[in-house]
Amino acid sequence: MKIAVCIKQVPDTSATLKVKPDGSGVDTEGLEFVISPYDEYGLEEALKTKEKMDAGEVVVLGLGPERVTKALRSGLAMGADRAIHLADAAYEGSDALATARALAAALKKAGPFDLIWAGKEAVDDGMSTVGAAIAEFLGIPHVSEVKKAELAADHSSVTCWSEVEGGTAVVEVKLPAVLTAQKGLNEPRYASLKGIMMAKKKELVRFTPADLGLGAEQVGKSGSRTEVLKVEPPPKKQTVTKLIKDLEPEAAAKELLRLLRDEAKVI
Amino acid sequence: MGTEFWVVAEHRGGQLRRPTLEALGAARQVAQAAGGKTAAVVLGKNAGNLAAELGKHGAARVLWVDNDNLDVYSSGGYTHALAELARAQKPDAIVFAASAQTRDLAPRLAARLDTGLLPDCIEMNWDASDGRILAKRFVNSGKALATVKARGTPALLTTRPKAFAIASDTGGTADVVRCDISIDASHCFGKVKQYEQPAAAKVELTEADIIVSGGRGLKGPAEFAILDELAAVLGAAVGASRAAVDAGWREHAAQVGQTGKVVTPKLYIACGISGAIQHLVGMTNSKVIVAINKDADAPLMKLADYAVVADLFLFVPALTAELKRSQK
Repeated sequence: MKIAVCIKQVPDTSATLKVKPDGSGVDTEGLEFVISPYDEYGLEEALKTKEKMDAGEVVVLGLGPERVTKALRSGLAMGADRAIHLADAAYEGSDALATARALAAALKKAGPFDLIWAGKEAVDDGMSTVGAAIAEFLGIPHVSEVKKAELAADHSSVTCWSEVEGGTAVVEVKLPAVLTAQKGLNEPRYASLKGIMMAKKKELVRFTPADLGLGAEQVGKSGSRTEVLKVEPPPKKQTVTKLIKDLEPEAAAKELLRLLRDEAKVI
Repeated sequence: MGTEFWVVAEHRGGQLRRPTLEALGAARQVAQAAGGKTAAVVLGKNAGNLAAELGKHGAARVLWVDNDNLDVYSSGGYTHALAELARAQKPDAIVFAASAQTRDLAPRLAARLDTGLLPDCIEMNWDASDGRILAKRFVNSGKALATVKARGTPALLTTRPKAFAIASDTGGTADVVRCDISIDASHCFGKVKQYEQPAAAKVELTEADIIVSGGRGLKGPAEFAILDELAAVLGAAVGASRAAVDAGWREHAAQVGQTGKVVTPKLYIACGISGAIQHLVGMTNSKVIVAINKDADAPLMKLADYAVVADLFLFVPALTAELKRSQK
């Protein structure tokens, strides 16, 4: 079974971010970058499937600048067999749809794949678009926000459990398919020292838009269908904290309820 | 046909889901500014009763695709129906309430129609200068706010739960238009086989007016019982910090913050949560925040409107008892 995992490199989730004064975006100067957490769940699941079958191949793909090589190497260190980097100045400014179009073209070229994993969303732009859009571009089914997946014994289909409001939806789709990973799917492994050493020798190929048969109008800003006009810091709530302390529990409870009822008027 | 803004109605078990009315509120306000009309799209059988409610809340038309194959949600069937409908009728925009179903459907529709999707918007305004919707949405898990526009028609937008007021009751009635679209089973891949409901009907976190949330300070899974009791009295949902979820005390569906849910209730009560940035980004826009912690210097105690310095194992049961007493 050939499994592909689409990964995105994003600022470390614990980082405090600064917005550029000109409003053009987040200041990435000096930031640490990591694989977006949801993509790691997808990668872990792909690796587990391959290990269980003791056969097949796991390929990681990513689009973005030079630094993305590091995220792909991390994926290789976790256990992926080879990596594909969509690296070219022409990809710059690609939105989720342009990214999905390019990834779909790369998956076609390097495939066919039986199963494709992506994160349910990237934690930077939070568009939650790429996985389903790849499936549409490839003309295959998808299932979103998967927290458990079970392959049929003959590998012709996969049954997925996804959290929906107030419950869980169960969906079965034929392979090939795209699944997007939700937290709870698994606990991603850490790369071992041996894995990190081996990752350096694994294959990492680069595809330009021309390699994928994509024209200039299909990638980057011209291939995008959304535009970001301005990025600003989130509105700061002005809070004057009222402290309730040095009271017995009952008295403190009474005081809080009084404030919530009479002052804040929220209960 | 003039400018028309669509809202895709989400329903389950014959009931309209409440966030649909928020999406309708957002669409109506944009339609008014644009001098256009609002229509609701209903997919599935037995949707007549939904049309009445949608009309009452301001939908001028209800486009109803009455087809057996749309009885249960499938990404394939719904994408096909909406794409065919949009190609035939050419709305300016299609607005959805953000939900698990919408996150499954809208990106696929965007790819099929080769148009822009703006998910999880908290603001929408009509820009008369170019006849497009100007929207705002949080990025980087709420650490920044982006002003965005979609290219392509129709623009696809989704509304973050609780960011928009429910469309007011106009007392109107909608023209119900039955739309005939040919859909067979082959279109309907990704069909939901079944919904597994949890034993207790829980208040959905993102849609809750009040959330009681617990963190590392709870010390263990059994201790969450005191939060469940408080939540029951308040009619609240119970949330948890990443630390509590990663420790296995609570399921991931309850996680508030980065790699969990972003919530904006009118009241958020944080119990034993110190307030790591990953948590703060998920709840900082709550209207009123209460923090309960032994440590007065915890970051969340400084962000809170009301900070209670107390042992939560004594304070929370006292609060529950006091609420019960005053509700009698």
